[in-house]
Amino acid sequence: MNEFIEWLTQPWPWYVAGPMIGLTVPALLILGNKTFGVSSSLRHVCAMCVPSGIPFFTYNWRKETWNLVFVLGILIGGFIATSFISNPNEIVIASGTQQELAALGITDFSGLMPSDIFSWENLFTGKGLLFLVFGGFLVGFGTRYAGGCTSGHAIMGISSLQWPSLVATISFMIGGFLMTHVFLEPLMKLVGF
Amino acid sequence: MKILEKETEEFVCDAPNAQVTGEKGFALVKYLILGILFGIIFVKAEIISWFRIQEMFRLTSFHMYGVIGSAIVTGIISIQLIKRLNIKSISGETIIIPNKEFRKGQIYGGLIFGLGWALTGACPGPLFAQIGSGFTVIIVTLLSALAGTWVYGRFADKLPN
Repeated sequence: MNEFIEWLTQPWPWYVAGPMIGLTVPALLILGNKTFGVSSSLRHVCAMCVPSGIPFFTYNWRKETWNLVFVLGILIGGFIATSFISNPNEIVIASGTQQELAALGITDFSGLMPSDIFSWENLFTGKGLLFLVFGGFLVGFGTRYAGGCTSGHAIMGISSLQWPSLVATISFMIGGFLMTHVFLEPLMKLVGF
Repeated sequence: MKILEKETEEFVCDAPNAQVTGEKGFALVKYLILGILFGIIFVKAEIISWFRIQEMFRLTSFHMYGVIGSAIVTGIISIQLIKRLNIKSISGETIIIPNKEFRKGQIYGGLIFGLGWALTGACPGPLFAQIGSGFTVIIVTLLSALAGTWVYGRFADKLPN
């Protein structure tokens, strides 16, 4: 039992986590004829709170309550994993990435998120504006424009062999590579790293 | 009957819900449990980590490729099994997997999301798990994502698509 708990607290390898995530696809289909997609929850919240008469937000969001319950579950799951079976050791980051990030001005490599960026103190600074406000906006705008995110396109879409989802996924990756290798350094300098 | 009529109204959703039978209250608990499991996996596999996303885009670790790749393979096998064995949903309905039609938005929007993904280190799912893990400042990222979603909806008909 103790060994099992100890194993649980270690970071889970990809070949455990990936198939478990993949199984969400048939689980949702069989439980309720639902297709897997997380970013839709953002649209439902807009439809619920600020539809403003916009056609894109005028639909029966109540029928999609399951999606909001699902993301609430993700939040609770995050809390449970961190509170009860969190990894006692520091995160192991690939040395190449750590060196490159250190060169960009990141100093904290202890947790899942660098406190140099993701902290309340940084919220009203250029760092907070760039990574939290601007980054979040791009995620929300981009996923809706693309009609899905990593779950809806990369996992659900490609799993059901839909080529538009492959196009979307390739676009996600190109966007990410562009940000990481082209824009990140000048943007980080701009906000004071 | 009235309720049924209401639920069949046309709605083009990105994660469509084909179930005819309405679900309320206790019936939703199964999605909560599934979400909780999902959130735990996100944290334990460190998918919510900004560093893991940086490693992915810097090609210094196989981890994220392994996670997404094996999730897709599992998904493909599962869907093929559902189709070939004609597996029904637990309420006895035929499982429907809607087709996604190609739009230019999948490229433009995809690129924009990708830019944001590398900045925030999170796609929408992990955002919720990050908040649950105690990174409460990510609430701001989530609110911004909601704002982005709203702005897209507001100008959707004016954008190339």
